[in-house]
Amino acid sequence: MTKITDLGVVETLDGLNKKDFSSEEVVKEYLKIIESDTKLNAYIHFNKEKSLSEAKKSDQRRSNNNSLPLEGLPIAIKDIFCVEGEKTSACSKMLENFIPDYESTVSSKLWKSGGIYIGKTSMDEFAMGSSNETSYFGTVTNPWSTDDNALVPGGSSGGSASAVAAKMAPVALGTDTGGSIRQPASFCGTVGIKPTYGRCSRWGIIAFASSLDQAGPITRSVKDSAIILQNMAGFDSMDSTSANVNVPDFVNACSKSIKGMKIGIPKEYRLDSLSNDVQRVWESGIKWLKDAGAEIMDVSLPHTKYALPTYYIVAPAEASANLSRYDGVKYGHRSENIKDLEDMYSQTRAEGFGDEVKRRILIGTYVLSAGYYDAYYLRAQKVRTKIVEDFNLVFNKCDAILTPTTPTGAFKIGEKNIDPVTMYMNDVFTVPASLAGLPAMSIPSGLDFKGCPLGLQLIGKGFDEETIFSIGSIIEESANFKYINYED
Amino acid sequence: MREPIKLQGETGTWEMVIGLEIHAQVNCNSKLFSGSATDFGASPNSQVSYVDAAMPGMLPVINSEAVNQAIKTGHALNAKINNVSIFDRKNYFYPDLPQGYQISQFKSPIVGEGWVVVDLENGETKKIGIERLHLEQDAGKLMHDQHPKLSLVDLNRSGIPLMEIVSMPDMRDWEEAGAYLRKLRSIVRYIGSCDGNMDEGSLRCDANISVRRPGEEFGTRCELKNINSVKYMMKAVEYEAHRQIEIIEDGGKVLQQTRLYDPVKNETRSMRSKEEAHDYRYFPDPDLLPLHISSERIEKYRQELPELPDQKRERFQSEYGLSFYDADVLTADKKHADFFEVVAKSRDAKFVANWIITNFFGMLNEVEKSIEDSPVKADKLGELFDLIQDGTISGRTAKDVFEEMFTKGGSALEIVESKGLKQISNTDELEAMVKKIIDDNEEQVNKYRGGNEKLFGWFVGQTMKSTGGTANPKVVNEILSKLLKG
Repeated sequence: MTKITDLGVVETLDGLNKKDFSSEEVVKEYLKIIESDTKLNAYIHFNKEKSLSEAKKSDQRRSNNNSLPLEGLPIAIKDIFCVEGEKTSACSKMLENFIPDYESTVSSKLWKSGGIYIGKTSMDEFAMGSSNETSYFGTVTNPWSTDDNALVPGGSSGGSASAVAAKMAPVALGTDTGGSIRQPASFCGTVGIKPTYGRCSRWGIIAFASSLDQAGPITRSVKDSAIILQNMAGFDSMDSTSANVNVPDFVNACSKSIKGMKIGIPKEYRLDSLSNDVQRVWESGIKWLKDAGAEIMDVSLPHTKYALPTYYIVAPAEASANLSRYDGVKYGHRSENIKDLEDMYSQTRAEGFGDEVKRRILIGTYVLSAGYYDAYYLRAQKVRTKIVEDFNLVFNKCDAILTPTTPTGAFKIGEKNIDPVTMYMNDVFTVPASLAGLPAMSIPSGLDFKGCPLGLQLIGKGFDEETIFSIGSIIEESANFKYINYED
Repeated sequence: MREPIKLQGETGTWEMVIGLEIHAQVNCNSKLFSGSATDFGASPNSQVSYVDAAMPGMLPVINSEAVNQAIKTGHALNAKINNVSIFDRKNYFYPDLPQGYQISQFKSPIVGEGWVVVDLENGETKKIGIERLHLEQDAGKLMHDQHPKLSLVDLNRSGIPLMEIVSMPDMRDWEEAGAYLRKLRSIVRYIGSCDGNMDEGSLRCDANISVRRPGEEFGTRCELKNINSVKYMMKAVEYEAHRQIEIIEDGGKVLQQTRLYDPVKNETRSMRSKEEAHDYRYFPDPDLLPLHISSERIEKYRQELPELPDQKRERFQSEYGLSFYDADVLTADKKHADFFEVVAKSRDAKFVANWIITNFFGMLNEVEKSIEDSPVKADKLGELFDLIQDGTISGRTAKDVFEEMFTKGGSALEIVESKGLKQISNTDELEAMVKKIIDDNEEQVNKYRGGNEKLFGWFVGQTMKSTGGTANPKVVNEILSKLLKG
């Protein structure tokens, strides 16, 4: 018999609509497995009373025939979204006990659509990491791990991807700055989309790099992501970078034909370091799209090789300023043994931030400093413009771009956290779309030789998520990816 | 032409080079990037939003009202308004700065170069260049006197919009600097972009000053921070110029420093040197898109720009026939000018100007009241003048009536009537009185008629005395002349 927790977004909503089960029952099932989990550490916080009481209210609305679009659906939230009354820490000691009394725009929209808060998922501290190993609340494990091979879930939305893959939530929210939705989605064998920059409001999301951060869903199907994004997106006057554009029908886009569409294959992504498995899955993807009637074309994005260094200048620069507010003065951690003001700042920040966060604050401070600004930050901005231009040129000729999401599948816990540069290399395929603000989605498309999932990435034109939902649905159908049956 | 003040040192003559940075609090209902109120004197932390307190996940949204005020001010400074400007983050740690950075404009300010004409003491004018005007957030306030061990933070001011107006180094002495500061204050008050109250801190001034021997290159400058009155600024500049001259003449070098002026001791002291200066790591704020202002919007505010002090002064001279001095005094403050215009309407403007400047402003000064707080409003003062003009009271009596109006209230007419101050202009009535005086003082009449014409004044005095001072002196003169001829 299918368990309630095996169901995705579409199926759960379907079951609720058909009254196969109540929201309360659904929420109870999820809470049970969240509570009993001992291995994954995907959730760091949940609130049974709140979730159950919201579920009851939802059931009440349903019985009154006042159902909302996501009525009764449990949704896990990355710990970077401020959720009113719930601890929101960005998995940092700095904000360990911070409880906002306001709600992020995106989560607020989901609750207003009938979604039920089911818990907070772990992440790399302040979203800085590609393995979820920098979380103050401990490492998260990829459900695809075996007893002798403990794998990272990817990061920074590792808790969200792990939870969705392990069927501990039908959907989890993530944020993506340089690949933080797509890379863990790929590692955990889930679907994850980073929408166009400006599509979703950033209000109430703890900032990492403001010009790059975007919220998006992680799910086990393309259509599930479409439904959730539909309910998250939209203009918000509280976010000056939010785009005042219409939100099209993403769900409808999932069933559109891709016949005649032009798909670009960028030659710069054919790295020597690409594993054979990734190469093979990419070739399969190309074939599937060709079979569905799309036209495949080779394209060139010549500045791709500069994307990673550009990203690792721009993102830390913005982060170094964004994280200045954590100074021990107003809220959050404050060191106890302090001599004076200067000491309060340095002790508080030394104790409150982890190594990776400190590293990025240092890098960001350095690249903005007098004498280095022109050589680093300014030049990076110029390169960023070149990268945008690369995409503009290519999108004159094609409708979407297909690449692997990551150069390899999930790696072992502890394998890459010694050398930051090795870790940063994980983001090589995801950062270009981030720098250009373009929508990009990872769809699970195959397995590597160890039996770990590999994702393919679709990059679309700005504010054209519809096309990548259409193409993504074809990849999904063709790949026929078997989601893991994770048992604790 | 007026020569700027030069200072005489031990080794020769020195001149000053002065530039001012003025921080003007923008007159608008909410903060630069949040909806919080901006009222002065509210209880601590009662006007603080999540944005102002830099709570996690909060984002700034530009207040277009503040932008409009900056556009207006830019026009009033004859400056170029930029279609695109950029907000930057200025990074530094301080407890009154919740974000850990101030949102300001660094490379691309909203307003570019412009100029103002300032009025010097001797009636001459001087054109002072404006380098730029940009918008930025104010910081909060630290309070060290509220707790024995702790310093407290009040964030009411955090995020309040400021216009920083930077002059060119065009001023050559403290008189010019004072004239510039007064002129700018007058301009922002005229257009309503700032209330200009230096004692409440809504207008603050930093002065950059260096000294040099005439004709030489600019010397090393020091910046004097946060001066809150015109007088203090002028004194601070004077003190600082002497300090720098002394250092150089003693064989030393002026260090580039930020200094604080102490008005009590009348001295400046070092806050930090160039080496200790912050590296603010300015970069464009990624939370805010570049600020685009359409040419239509710029033009709209140019059209709507009210009359400025210089224009008003010229108009007062031509329209009301006032002297430069009177027009200048009346237009320095828009409220004074407005008051004058209400009173002068369909009255003798020169008389009104003179009366207001001498008597009315004199009274305000005496009791240290501003014109808004004056118990005698413009329409009431006008009524008083009407009584002078239609002969109901004499100019002499008017001063007493005004004093009564000012201190005890009431309209001019009420006071005149209740105190019986109405001037007697009735010829028959006065003639009867004068006849009686002539009849009663035969001896004096004979002396007068005998050639002692000085006695005429004595008869006037007697008549005034018998009417309690309310006789119309002009009429009395006429009657006396007629009757005393015999």
